Amino acid sequence: MDTLIQQFFNIEIMGKALPLVLAGLRQTLLLCLIVIPLGLAGGLMFALLSLAPARPVRWISVAAIDFFRAVPPLVLLIFVYSGLPFAGIRPSPIEAVAIAFFLNTSSYYGEIYRAGIESVGRGQWDAARSTGLTGAKALAYIVLPQAVRNVLPDLVSNTVEVVKLTSIASVVALPELLYSADMARSVTFNTSPIVLAAAIYLVMLWPVVRLVSRLERRMAS
Amino acid sequence: MSGWSGFLDAFFKPNLIAQYLPSILQGMVVTIEIAVAVVITGLLFGLGLAVVRTFRVLPLNTLIVIFVDVFRALPPLVLVLIVYFGLPNVGINLPSFAVLWVVLSFVLAAVAEEIFWAGILSVPKGQWEAARSTGLSFFATLAYVVLPQAGRLTVAPITNRTLAITKNTALGTVIGVPEILSQATTGQSFAGNATPLMMGAIAYVLLFIPVVALGRWIETRFSWRRV
Repeated sequence: MDTLIQQFFNIEIMGKALPLVLAGLRQTLLLCLIVIPLGLAGGLMFALLSLAPARPVRWISVAAIDFFRAVPPLVLLIFVYSGLPFAGIRPSPIEAVAIAFFLNTSSYYGEIYRAGIESVGRGQWDAARSTGLTGAKALAYIVLPQAVRNVLPDLVSNTVEVVKLTSIASVVALPELLYSADMARSVTFNTSPIVLAAAIYLVMLWPVVRLVSRLERRMAS
Repeated sequence: MSGWSGFLDAFFKPNLIAQYLPSILQGMVVTIEIAVAVVITGLLFGLGLAVVRTFRVLPLNTLIVIFVDVFRALPPLVLVLIVYFGLPNVGINLPSFAVLWVVLSFVLAAVAEEIFWAGILSVPKGQWEAARSTGLSFFATLAYVVLPQAGRLTVAPITNRTLAITKNTALGTVIGVPEILSQATTGQSFAGNATPLMMGAIAYVLLFIPVVALGRWIETRFSWRRV
């Protein structure tokens, strides 16, 4: 029991690792500020393209969504980071993360938006258009607000997944939360710094996970 | 050398494809083995937890909710590293594929429990009462009346989440599980060429596109129509 506490919950080592881990947390939060808006915007684009009137546009965007949902995000990230240099493009770690996350999370958000837009009755669209709103305005003021409300639990839950996913940026040596904690682990030969990082993820995301559960229950009833 | 042939040379070099095909195929076998193992143990464990929750024993249910929340809030890679680096120091030595299998099973179990439980709750109370009053036991009611109806609502989200979690087998590369990504990156650094990496990406697409397509089909086939 004592070795267990020494190995996983060593307060002294956690204290020493704390500054490094907090610097990592800052990078993680910065990363979230980049990839979540990118994903939300890209997802909307994917959704609109996959509902476009022109059939080829629809097929291509659905194929792209399925493709990027089939490739594990870590594979995409490593491909962008260490594969693209062979094509003469050398992204920095943060650029690689932004590109890979844009492709991956946009396709997930895209599917959610699409389900949301489809859940809004066709009559809403027709009515908005018949009052003289342009297509863009009907979308922005009538269809999207209802669509987002209908799929809000899924949007929030996917955002939790995106925040968790930023941990794979550690693989391309971006000094975010997990990377910093793992550095501290390799110096101290002790797992406590990673447990500390886990505790930070838990503090950040547990309230959101609870919120998702509540939203889901409210939608169900 | 033109841009196009340079591109082909960097990503689709024929002799490298021939050279690395066996190791990528081996990686595919490892990925499939771990994915199948995770799906079986994860879904069964998740279903088991959801069934336990129907007994409504408060302390047990609290524990289940905490388990589910923790595994939904923590990134799988964090869990993989804690288990992989932590357990040997307390005298437990698990091979790296077992670490990946255990961690991903727990993550899937947590998500599956939540979805199965939502499905069970969606079955009206009257169904329980009617089944029990015809003389069916609690378990018979659960097995023959409630779960079949709950299943319909759960099959689409379960397929999607299971797909997302089995794709995490790629995390095995970080702890040296010889799955597809690990084979591909090793090949890339030996060959000094992106062809093995491209082959790895294609291998994943071949494995998972059918599952994505299946998920799409299930979504339209099994979802309740919204009115």
